[in-house]
Amino acid sequence: MKFKVKIKRYNPETEQKPHFETYEVEADPGDRVLDVLHYVKWQQDGTLTLRRSCAHGICGSDAMRINGQNALACKVLVKDVVKEGGLLTVEPLLGLPLVKDLIVDMEPFFEHYRSVMPFLVNNDALPADGRERLQSPEARDRFDKGTWCILCAACTTSCPSFWGNDQYIGPAAIVQAHRFVFDDRDQGAADRLEVLGQQFGVWRCRTAFNCTNACPREIPVTQLIGEVKQALATGKLE
Amino acid sequence: MTQQHQFDALIVGAGGAGLMAALHASKAANVAVISKLYPTRSHTGTAQGGIAAALANMEEDHWEWHMFDTIKGGDYLVDQDAAEILARDAIDAVIELEHMGLPFDRTPDGRIEQRRFGGHTAEYGKRPVMRACKSADRTGHMILQTLYQNCIKQKVKFFDEFFVVDLIVTDGACQGVVAVEINTGEVHLFHAKATLLASGGFGRMFKVTSNAHSLTGDPVAAVWRRGLPLEDMEFFQFHPTGMYKLGILLSEAARGEGGVFINDKGERFMERYAPTMKDLASRDVCSRCIYLEVKEGRGIGGKDYVYIDIRPETINRYQSGPGGKTVTAEELEKKLPDIIEMMRVYQGVDPITAPVPIQPTAHYAMGGVPTDADGRALADERGTLVPGLFAAGECACVSVHGANRLGTNSLVDLVVFGRRGGRAMAEYVQTAELKPLPADPAGAVVQELERIRRQTGTEKAAKIRAELQEVMMDNVGVFRTGPMIATALAKVRELKERFGRVQIDDKGQRFNTDLLETFELGCLLDLAEATALSALNRTESRGAHSRDDFPKRDDVDWLKHTFVRYTGPASAAPTNGQTAITYKPVTITKFQPQERKY
Ligand SMILES: Cc1cc2nc3c(=O)[nH]c(=O)nc-3n(C[C@H](O)[C@H](O)[C@H](O)COP(=O)(O)OP(=O)(O)OC[C@H]3O[C@@H](n4cnc5c(N)ncnc54)[C@H](O)[C@@H]3O)c2cc1C
Ligand code: FES
Repeated sequence: MKFKVKIKRYNPETEQKPHFETYEVEADPGDRVLDVLHYVKWQQDGTLTLRRSCAHGICGSDAMRINGQNALACKVLVKDVVKEGGLLTVEPLLGLPLVKDLIVDMEPFFEHYRSVMPFLVNNDALPADGRERLQSPEARDRFDKGTWCILCAACTTSCPSFWGNDQYIGPAAIVQAHRFVFDDRDQGAADRLEVLGQQFGVWRCRTAFNCTNACPREIPVTQLIGEVKQALATGKLE
Repeated sequence: MTQQHQFDALIVGAGGAGLMAALHASKAANVAVISKLYPTRSHTGTAQGGIAAALANMEEDHWEWHMFDTIKGGDYLVDQDAAEILARDAIDAVIELEHMGLPFDRTPDGRIEQRRFGGHTAEYGKRPVMRACKSADRTGHMILQTLYQNCIKQKVKFFDEFFVVDLIVTDGACQGVVAVEINTGEVHLFHAKATLLASGGFGRMFKVTSNAHSLTGDPVAAVWRRGLPLEDMEFFQFHPTGMYKLGILLSEAARGEGGVFINDKGERFMERYAPTMKDLASRDVCSRCIYLEVKEGRGIGGKDYVYIDIRPETINRYQSGPGGKTVTAEELEKKLPDIIEMMRVYQGVDPITAPVPIQPTAHYAMGGVPTDADGRALADERGTLVPGLFAAGECACVSVHGANRLGTNSLVDLVVFGRRGGRAMAEYVQTAELKPLPADPAGAVVQELERIRRQTGTEKAAKIRAELQEVMMDNVGVFRTGPMIATALAKVRELKERFGRVQIDDKGQRFNTDLLETFELGCLLDLAEATALSALNRTESRGAHSRDDFPKRDDVDWLKHTFVRYTGPASAAPTNGQTAITYKPVTITKFQPQERKY
């Protein structure tokens, strides 16, 4: 099918501010938006710049705004976002500094991620038999959803609170904290909850639900944030 | 402007192998990790099915059985001393991952849960065994995340989105790398006593592949361009279950959980080819069987694909579920959530209610930079070392995978040999001295990058890449013959010549992916040449290398590793010149080569 794709372009070496560029493209309805962007880059304009790697929704490289919604370009099919003869709009993520075309600076995002101590803290002696720590299937399930996160930033950059103030650690960092706070092998909950309870922590969340809608991994982000709020309010991990 | 950095040791690549090496090396040395992708974007994150270790959490198992399966899976081209290390060390490497926090699935008694996988057997081939440790079908994702988390904890130094374009090699010793900072376009010199390459695979030389766009093997091409050998490049694994046309992988876990192959006649055809292991025969075997079914007109609707069928009713009808037990849709959704979702998204097929079209997809490079069992790179077939150069993971060839890798054995390879390489490197830098750099070590590669930037001509990188992928897929794929490979080789050389006339659009400095993609294409061209040369030379069929004109394995003449190298002057661009092939004997310790049946 034939349609137009309108892409927000920005070249930091020659432009003061971004502009839109429109391309006529041809694609199969089952193609990914990423295929469309490659079509533009490889057939029409090699200067188009984007990040991508795996092309099947696992590496988290190509989160962007597709018709105004955050998504992975490799996980959205053409038939779901544009009709024959129609117009598809692609823009970079909001809320992170623009670098070039569809590329934003990910460093502030990863800084928030690192601030919640995203690693297992456990100072007990390891099992004497040299084997794995035991964990029940139920305890393992308790934090499963947070482990699905691929750090694509689709959630954090869809959040009005984050747009309002980029010091807010954002949904992705809270999901990562949740993953450890509710892991019964972990002992770092108190330190993490302290970070999350601060001014730019979890209370900045106004339950807008944008994050949950944006997550390409279908993590119920708002629910996990709610559980962290609950833990902070009650001091209990349930 | 060239910036310069100094470290004891460098690690190029932040996938499973690079991060494991970093965690171990940085305990004793000043280390930097350089990666063209953010670490968590590395392709290790896409690994699905599992990581093998004879933990025996589900049923009796022994590392000796795992060792045997690895050797047999590799069609006896495996170095058996290395396979022994792999199988033995797998156990505590997996335990180490658990201790780092990896969220493995658990058994009711709280241990790491395991599943069956192709080619993994009990009692030396008698029956399938549950050996693959896993986290649903996201095992690689969990490994990558866990290792990265621990790197943050340990404050490992990263240079993210730095693209390594050349190795600095002086008098046969490696002194570091040249890298481009992608965001600024600036060239950086990294000067170090030791460098470990962990750059992953290079499946992007094929048209249908499970490999990421970024898997172009640039650092491996740099090794080739420096006249150092590459080992066993003819062995490239085609995974039987790639999504039709897309190549996206559907893990063997689908068959581990009971899925079966079905042809146009509705027949479970693997029963004919592999009576014991059936659909869980090793990958090279399954890929060839699919190809034969298609060739004999039993592809679906006469086309070039067959089905993988994981519908519960099919699994239960054939009693192909784990331990012959019945399975439910709910259990499958829990065990294979990601691949079921991928089939729904990308193929619009719900595998719970319909079979899914699949075809073999280029998946894994068994060959690569030759190393010893401590990751030290070899300069020749006699075992001479390249001072300061190490390699681990998919880009290396130890060789534990021989002619065909078993499923779940790559993730083991990453952690076992990433760890050994990291430790060996940390030890090496304690006594090695940091020799001064030669004059202008970045000169040659900067010249090549500037040439690409300014080159005028009528050729387009995307077009050359598509032609390369097509010719390699058609002629150096699941089945090959001498004339087919010769066609591919001639084409690759023609493409190399045309590469010199590629004109790019983006002349800028910042985030110039037009330039870097073109540079990557040059690397793929070199590695495709090395692959085709090695494949043409090996006149037998073994593992993933199936020659229609030499259909039998030939242990008399070919029980040996190929070392292929470029013999012209050192280059920073695609090579154009003489090449040579030599051989290294296979190390055999416990298991004499036998005929391979599943
Ligand atoms: C879809 C899929 C599923 C798989 N499933 C399994 C499984 O279940 N079990 C199993 O055992 N194996 C599996 N494999 C194989 C296994 O995942 C890979 O072989 C393995 O992850 C490779 O890891 P690595 O660390 O060597 O490289 P990668 O994880 O690929 O990392 C390569 C790194 O090198 C960096 N790099 C590359 N070039 C440059 C450069 N020029 N400059 C700087 N940095 C560079 C990249 O940025 C990246 O960080 C699977 C593979 C695929 C494709
Ligand atoms: S390219 Fe990897 S998530 Fe889209």
